[in-house]
Amino acid sequence: MSQLDDNTTQVDETATEPMIRLDQVSKIYPDQEIPAVETLSLDIARGEVLVLVGPSGCGKSTTLRLINRMIEPSSGRIIFDGEDVTSINPDLLRRRIGYVIQQIGLFPHMTIADNVATVPRLLGWKKDKIRTRVDELLDMVGLEPSQYRDRYPKELSGGQAQRCGVARALGADPEVLLMDEPFGAIDPITRDRLQNEFLRLQSELKKTIVFVTHDIDEAMKMGDRIAILKDRSQIAQLDKPEHILAYPVDDFVDDFIGSGSTLKGLSFERVRDLELAPYPTIRHDAGHAQARRVLDAAPQRWLLVLDELDRPLRWVNESHLDRTDRPLRDLGHPVRAKVEPNATLHDTLEAMLTSMAGCACVIDKRGSLQGVVEIEALTDVIRRLRTNARKHYEEGNGSVAPTTGTTA
Amino acid sequence: MAPGIRLLRGNIGLAVAPIVIAIAGAILAVQVGNAEKDFSEASALQWSEKLWPQLRRHIELTLWSTFWVLIIAIPLGIILTRPRFKFLAGPVLTVANSGQAIPAYGLLVLLAAWLGTQFSTAVLAFTIFAILPVLRNTMVGLDQVDTSVIEAGRGMGMSRRRALVSIELPLAVPVILAGVRTALVINVGMAALAFLIGGGGLGETINSGLKLQRDLTTFTGAAMVALLALTVDWIAAVAERLLRPRGL
Repeated sequence: MSQLDDNTTQVDETATEPMIRLDQVSKIYPDQEIPAVETLSLDIARGEVLVLVGPSGCGKSTTLRLINRMIEPSSGRIIFDGEDVTSINPDLLRRRIGYVIQQIGLFPHMTIADNVATVPRLLGWKKDKIRTRVDELLDMVGLEPSQYRDRYPKELSGGQAQRCGVARALGADPEVLLMDEPFGAIDPITRDRLQNEFLRLQSELKKTIVFVTHDIDEAMKMGDRIAILKDRSQIAQLDKPEHILAYPVDDFVDDFIGSGSTLKGLSFERVRDLELAPYPTIRHDAGHAQARRVLDAAPQRWLLVLDELDRPLRWVNESHLDRTDRPLRDLGHPVRAKVEPNATLHDTLEAMLTSMAGCACVIDKRGSLQGVVEIEALTDVIRRLRTNARKHYEEGNGSVAPTTGTTA
Repeated sequence: MAPGIRLLRGNIGLAVAPIVIAIAGAILAVQVGNAEKDFSEASALQWSEKLWPQLRRHIELTLWSTFWVLIIAIPLGIILTRPRFKFLAGPVLTVANSGQAIPAYGLLVLLAAWLGTQFSTAVLAFTIFAILPVLRNTMVGLDQVDTSVIEAGRGMGMSRRRALVSIELPLAVPVILAGVRTALVINVGMAALAFLIGGGGLGETINSGLKLQRDLTTFTGAAMVALLALTVDWIAAVAERLLRPRGL
């Protein structure tokens, strides 16, 4: 079912049985008429990052806490790895699920090592095994064990504390990680770094992660799939970020993802997947007459001057030619907008906006020209994304109902 | 060695206090020893017959009443901060408050009339009197523990009991200890009233000095109570610093 997916993820292939299934789960607090979560059904596939995102008060945190039963559901079932855990001892369930919260909640009276060792201790691991594991985890999240092991939480910065929180959640190598706005209270620069480290870590660990945030950009960045929630934790749309951006199903989703969704959508496409139109080029040692001939023959207004290794040097247009007899390599404007094939279209567009010719040169590792991205290539991509996403929904593959995304 | 250094670095007062107390004690001993005494003074200020047994009794009264305070107030404070019993916190605090509001003298006499004049009656009275600071501090100490820390612990699979023992109580220790320190000092002062119901203590010396209008006797008794209070307070302060969890 992935006629529009050039990047079908492993999520779709192995989703035979979901890691977590919420089956008609509701939560009604006593003394409240309106349920916090109303008959929510949701499957979370093995190894995927599912982001729950929505305005504050929509019940996304409550939903997350229903999974490890920090909040007991009023009705419905929770299936964890094929096992109904709705009524088993919640303490035992939680030892199998990593849990990271925004306030981190490190134990201030314990060293970093003791904090990280929390779950292994609860599980009764041997001392040596715990010690090895703690060092391994600290190493994994980028806290040098010999330096941080014996420190206390108050000696850590916000970013370090959150790394420690993640290490602690991974303590006993749980298959599932629940993260409740884990980077919410961290400054933007550190947050961006932590997000990137986290994505790198996840690409190795391949945990099943449920991630709550109110920040749609964070959701787009972190999620394999995103569930946009409205009141009472009702799913407005559940799909891959690029599908949601290309085709918001209703006004609520449209409002929530806000302006610039097209631009954001470009972050999910890469230059290497573009079909590039031919672009007029010329070697730097050619004469002006030849340059004019090439430029006249092409529809473009600019000519790209290359060196002997096909590396782009200058943008030249008609007004530069024939005025002097300076060689081509000294004419026109230097080429600054260069991107590699794995650059996102978002970055490419940014490069294009700063370019004299309004184009970005795609270069390989050695700097040789592979092609030129013109604005038409981007508008084509955007049109294709929209059409495909609409088709995807019209054929009933994408859903507001809980299926595992593109595997209908 | 290490704890000693930590103490010194943190608080010069803690290092100086015992020296000051010792010097004051020495001056008191020399002055009283060299003073000209009449018969009643000489008999009241005898060390091995009067002062030392009274001092020991005074300490016993303090320690026993504080012991019972801890046994009662800390568990009670824990129970009253559990969600299930939280509704009882208000009423119990009111009762504990009134325990302290009753005049000490009145409480002693009432209890003596009921239970007879003896050591244990005095201990009971002082226990009732000093419960409040420990109870209140236990409750405040537990309540002020950051909920996100408890949430993190429970979220990782700690049972309620485990979270209480390994997170909440250690984090509440500084506040609880401050309450214990207050209770100790209150009890040293209160124990000076134990003589009223035959409980003994340094109050006897003070009383006999007052009755016989012997200022030296009164002063000696009062000064010894004061020095004892300072000493107890110092010991409690040291304990507070040593027992405080690291990292806080």
